[in-house]
This record gives sequence, C-alpha cells and structure tokens, in this order.
Amino acid sequence: MWLVARLECYRLFMSPLAWVLMALVQLLLAYLFLTHIDYFSQVQGQIAAIPGAPGVTELIVAPLLSNMAIVLLLVTPFITMRSFAEERRNESLPLLMTAPLSVTQIVIGKYLGLMGFFVLLLLLLMLMPLSMLLGSPIDIYQLAAGFIGLLLLLSSMVAIGIFMSSLTAQPVIAAVSSFCLLFLLWIIDWTGQSDSVGSNIFSWLSLISHFEPLLRGEIFSADIIYYLLVCAAFLLMTIRRLDSLRVAS
Amino acid sequence: MSSQTLLSADQLSRRFGLQTAVQSVSFSVDLGEVLGFLGPNGAGKSTTMKMLTGNLAPDSGKVLINGIDLLADPKAAKRHIGYLPENPPLYRELTVREFLSFCGQLHNLSGKQLQSAVDEVIHRCGLENMQKRLIGQLSKGYQQRCGIAQAIIHQPDVVILDEPTSGLDPIQIQQIRQLIRDIAQQHSVILSTHILPEVEMLCDRVQIMHQGQLVFSDTLQALQTQRQHAALKVAFRTPPSVNALTNLPGIINVETLTAQQFRLHFSPEQDPTDTLVQTAVAENWQLTQLTPEQDSLEQLFTQLVSQETQGEAA
Repeated sequence: MWLVARLECYRLFMSPLAWVLMALVQLLLAYLFLTHIDYFSQVQGQIAAIPGAPGVTELIVAPLLSNMAIVLLLVTPFITMRSFAEERRNESLPLLMTAPLSVTQIVIGKYLGLMGFFVLLLLLLMLMPLSMLLGSPIDIYQLAAGFIGLLLLLSSMVAIGIFMSSLTAQPVIAAVSSFCLLFLLWIIDWTGQSDSVGSNIFSWLSLISHFEPLLRGEIFSADIIYYLLVCAAFLLMTIRRLDSLRVAS
Repeated sequence: MSSQTLLSADQLSRRFGLQTAVQSVSFSVDLGEVLGFLGPNGAGKSTTMKMLTGNLAPDSGKVLINGIDLLADPKAAKRHIGYLPENPPLYRELTVREFLSFCGQLHNLSGKQLQSAVDEVIHRCGLENMQKRLIGQLSKGYQQRCGIAQAIIHQPDVVILDEPTSGLDPIQIQQIRQLIRDIAQQHSVILSTHILPEVEMLCDRVQIMHQGQLVFSDTLQALQTQRQHAALKVAFRTPPSVNALTNLPGIINVETLTAQQFRLHFSPEQDPTDTLVQTAVAENWQLTQLTPEQDSLEQLFTQLVSQETQGEAA
C-alpha cells in the first residue's frame, strides 16, 4: 500500500504537470495575497478607529484561504484524472492487479500518494500567510483551523476525483466530470437559502458550507465527520468500481 | 508422470454480454512445461489468460495456482504468477531500473535481495545498456523485454505471456524467442500466439482454441502428425505440360500458379519428390524451385474444427 502511494507520488513528480500546476497555483495565490494586503493597507486607517473591528487574520488570511479552496477546486481534477483513467488507457493496470495486492490496497495507496502531493502543495501555500508573522501578529489558531479545513476539503476532493477517474478510461473525461461534480457540490447550497427541509439537506451536502465555519476558526465535529464520510464513501465506491471492472466489462 | 501440477484451470467460462468468449475450458500445466495457446484472433486466448491472472473474474470455473485457489485467496495465489499482457504494462516516465525495482518491491522483495533480483533480470533480458533510460524512449522490442523482465522478477512458478512477439521485427522476434526458451528452463510457461511456427519452436504441449473452446490439446508431436504435408510448390525454367506432371506417380492434382510455377497435391503415403526430381533431370525441365508446403494455421484450424464437429455428429 505504501509502495503504491510512493510510486504514485513519485510518478507525479516525474511528470511536468505536477511542477507546472504547483508553480501556477503559487503564482495565482501570491497575486491574490498581494491584493488582499493592498486592500487591507487602504482600509487600515479607517478601521483602526472602530472598536472590535476585524483584524489582519479576518481581512487577509481568511479570504486568502477561501481563495485557495477555489483554486484547489480547479486544480485537483487535473491531478486526480491520471490516477486510474490513465492506467486504464495505457493498460498498465494489470501490473498492479496481478501483483499480490488487494484492490483496497491499490485504491488507498493511490489516494495516499496523491494526498502526499497535495499536502506538500498546501504546506507551501501556508508559507504565504505565515510570512505575515514577520510584520504583524496573526491569529495562529484561526489559521490552523483554516488549514485543517483546507486539508479536509482537499481529501474529499481527491477522493471524488479518484472515483471519477476510475469510471472512465479517458483522463480528460475524468477531469471534466470530476470538476463538474465538485462544482455541483460546491454550489449546491445556493438553493438552500430558504428554510424548507429540502434546502437544508442541500446546504448540508455542500462542500463549502462545512468549510466556512472552519475558516472562521470554529471547529465542529459535524463538519469534520462530513468530510471523512465523503472521503470514505467515494473511496469505497472506487474500490467497488475496480472490483466490478473484473467482473463485467 | 510424477511431475507436479503448477496451474490448473477447471471449466472456465466467461461471457461478454450475449457473446460467449470462453466456454468450459479446462487444462493444467506441469512443472517446467511450456504450454502453447494457439488460436486465431478473438478465439478467447487473452480472455483465458486474464482469468488465469485474476485480471478478469470468470463467470464459472476454478483456477488453482500451486494448489491455491485464485478466487478464494488471490493474494497468495498471485505470488506464484508472472504475467505479461498483450500490451506490456509499463510506466513510461520511469527508467528501466526504477520500474523493475518497483515491480520487485510489489512482490515483497527488498534490500540486497531486490538489488540482486533486479540485476539478474536485467541481465537475463539483455537490458544492461538500457537500465538508465526512460521506458517511454525505448523501442517496442526493448519495452517488450521490460514487460517480460517484470513478469519474471519475483521468480514465479508460472509465467504467462500473452502474444509476446506481436508487433516486433524479425530480429527482435528471434531474440524474444531465445529469451522465452531461457525462461522455460526455470519456470513453467504459458504462451499465447497465433503464429504456428512459434509454437513449434518453443512449446512442449499445444492447446488450440477456437471460438472460446479448446479444440485440440496434446503434445507437439501429436500436432505434427495431424498436419499433412501434402503439397509441393515447384517451378521450372522450361515447364512441362500439366499432363506430364499429373502422370507422375502419386500426384492427385496439379494447380497452375504461373506459367512456370505449379502446386502439386499428392497423397501423404506416396511422396513423389524423388521421382519428380529424377524425371525433371531426365527430361531437362530445369527445376528451379521445390518447396514442401505445410498446412497454414487456418487450414489446420478448419481441419481440427471440422474433425470436432464430425466427432460430435458421430
């Protein structure tokens, strides 16, 4: 299992895609980071007078993390699309299937490998808000909650991406469909503005509605369980799917 | 025979939708044996191999590898097989050495054992000069070798090769066949192909599949007696009349291919080659070509299949 994870991560870094994506994500977010700082320095004078006004963390770190979530939503499908779709297209899946490994080990291994890449990316991104420590104190705990939120969000996005990738042998279809599904889960709470029971369910399903409290620094176990459930559900479905590939094709 | 059965398949069947790809196929492979799977394209060879390696679940039937049930305990059973699918499963972005050492690790090799296994397999497959190259940059022949190396790195009891020589040039085919012969000295090999001479060169035992069923399963010698060398292709610089050829003893039929080239059909018991050559010299026909023609694979199939259906009718 760890071997599959290591291989997946290693192969990812052997391809230019991973490096290019990492660089571009950094670039985009660095630009957003700067605009947030710029905005803050403009309004700084005005809000200093108001008692109980939002501080640096609320005005820079929280919006930055929420930007990160959106950029990562755009990026994850491109990384996860490779996991199974490409193996099926290159017909290299028999290598793993013939090895003495269970399907569960293959799926979890791939998942951990991809997560390795994303955790690294996330840590690099975290350097940006942390760099503010040089100039001003920030609320480390709120940042940590946001980090946990992003990590959980990413784990579920990767799990969804891997599942979509196992559905097709075309990496591009995998990318497009996992992007659509992620986006749908993102905006699904837009119907949830009214108070009916149905809309509550929709807003509960939304990926973003569980992320926002974490961004504010509030950690609810319900949110954490939601993400863990999404991960487990999609990984289980991937395992089932790969198993069924052997039975019916 | 006292030899040990390493792999046995029992009543394997597999359908794809309405189409039956493999129907009640049973066979076994003994220690140190090379079994050739022969059949036209679409006969169910690859499907059978996929079922033997656990890449495809059979609708019914059982596979025992080294006495371990593949379906009940796949992890344990898979330790004993090495598999090269039709398209070698390779990661193009890795170097040969990286890839092979990963494959070794997949089969629980580590440390010095892994290093020596990788070295040995690189040596056996003639990949010494390529070990630092990326697999994606290698030629088809070397990729195929890599695929074979991957299948034998963990010293499996049974090596299953699906059309190992397809798509290669003649020199590469020679090299791969030599490699398979080497492998056969240490492992049992199941080999699928649609090329008859390949089976004759490599295999101890032959199984012929046709439309998902085994139509023939016996030793190579038995196959050769089945085949009748009942035609001669001849050419003369000053060709005689067709009648003169037909009058030779044993000739049943003469087919005129070109003005100078003929195909002579004769009954297998009465070989006319000697008389033909003597007459040709005596009559000054100037013989330029004399080739015994063997049945093509297609003819052999039709022969076997028709025998089969006759057998069923009787």
